[in-house]
Amino acid sequence: MDLADGILAGDRLALARTLSLVENGTDEGKSILSILYPHTGKAHLVGVTGASGTGKSSLVNQLARYYRNPAPDWQPRRVAIVAVDPTSPFTGGAILGDRIRMRDLAGDSGVFIRSMATRGSLGGIASATSAVAQVLDAAGYDLILIETVGAGQSEVDIARLAHTTIVVEAPGFGDDIQAIKAGILEIADVLVVNKADLPGVENTERALRGSLNLAHPLPHRFMHHGMIEIVPEQTAASAVNEPLWVPPILRTVALDGTGIPKLVEAISNHRLHLETTGGWEQRERWRLQTELDLLLQTTLMDEFRLSLPEGAYEHALQDMFERRMSPFQAIEKLIDRSRGRA
Amino acid sequence: MSERKIRVLIAKPGLDGHDRGAKVVARALRDAGMEVIYTGLRQTPEMISEAALQEDVDAVGLSILSGAHMALVPRVLELLKANGQEHVKVFLGGIVPDEDVPLLLNLGVIGIYGPGTLSDTYVSAIRKAILATAA
Repeated sequence: MDLADGILAGDRLALARTLSLVENGTDEGKSILSILYPHTGKAHLVGVTGASGTGKSSLVNQLARYYRNPAPDWQPRRVAIVAVDPTSPFTGGAILGDRIRMRDLAGDSGVFIRSMATRGSLGGIASATSAVAQVLDAAGYDLILIETVGAGQSEVDIARLAHTTIVVEAPGFGDDIQAIKAGILEIADVLVVNKADLPGVENTERALRGSLNLAHPLPHRFMHHGMIEIVPEQTAASAVNEPLWVPPILRTVALDGTGIPKLVEAISNHRLHLETTGGWEQRERWRLQTELDLLLQTTLMDEFRLSLPEGAYEHALQDMFERRMSPFQAIEKLIDRSRGRA
Repeated sequence: MSERKIRVLIAKPGLDGHDRGAKVVARALRDAGMEVIYTGLRQTPEMISEAALQEDVDAVGLSILSGAHMALVPRVLELLKANGQEHVKVFLGGIVPDEDVPLLLNLGVIGIYGPGTLSDTYVSAIRKAILATAA
């Protein structure tokens, strides 16, 4: 059977195969993605990020459990989980261990868990994570939980991908100066203090609250690998008019599920907020723009490399190495050579 | 960029709680450039085959020290096949008595690597078996 048809018909093997093809950047994966694309855009993408050892995987496990067995007046949702762990920069290998904390979800056909290695990306997710999420979206999962690698301060790519970003903290992870630094706290739509049964939880919560009060109201401006985002004028204007979302700070104990119903409520409140203020559409546009920009970059780069005469690139690199040319001069020369001048 | 990454699931079926060996193997495979999904202790064959499906792995390594291998391994092989994953290579680690080795190899297990096996031995055997089917 055709893989795309299989996915739309709910075939899990076809889904798993396609995720590999997409992750490996194959042409087959790209053409399946093009067939599936009109079926995407329905799922709620929720990012879960935070430092190593704060309990992200356990929290994702509890969230998925709750969405499968919610309060009586709620419909169970179909949940996909994308769990990202780092690739070794030396060997290219990886240990993907997030499933260890997700054993409660085994045997439920409404849950699909996929582990991913970063494969060289530094932003906390893999470069194919967005495409993987699209396939899961087309496969009919209502909620896609994306768990980043253990993220410190600047792994903020998840905010460009997810509609709702949850930042997980735990007691004992640094003082209030950590909390007012730029980066990961700024991207939080919901802040979670996990391991709330440990001593020090009040201090952590107070530090977070203090930093939030300082941080809001501020317009969200996303930086991506050092790229400065130019927010289109009309979206910038609507952002000003939009009622402010102040990230709630919630306590959870992921081991026993304490605080999970409140967290789920906060996630749906955030979705409602995005839908009523136009923020949903805005985030979709931002996400698609990032994706288009990244694809353009890699595609143009590949094309450009092909358009250069053989050895030109290595030659420019050598000139830079011997300090005969600055990087800017090297670029000028390479562009000239690709256009057949010089 | 369409580099083929080998993906391996390392699992501990059954009730023994000793996973040092499984972790050593996971690490050796990682160092050989593979992506290793580690599922943790006390997995049922159903959990293992489900994880193998979702993760679209090329191989599954089972570590068993409880003596239950003649019950657990055939069950895992059966479930992989039922899921349409008969191409997935299965290898074993842990404690397997000599007389069971030919029986397990006959069932389709590609290798049994007990304590003391050099990591080069299983890394190259696993890679060879996977690349042979992929070609």
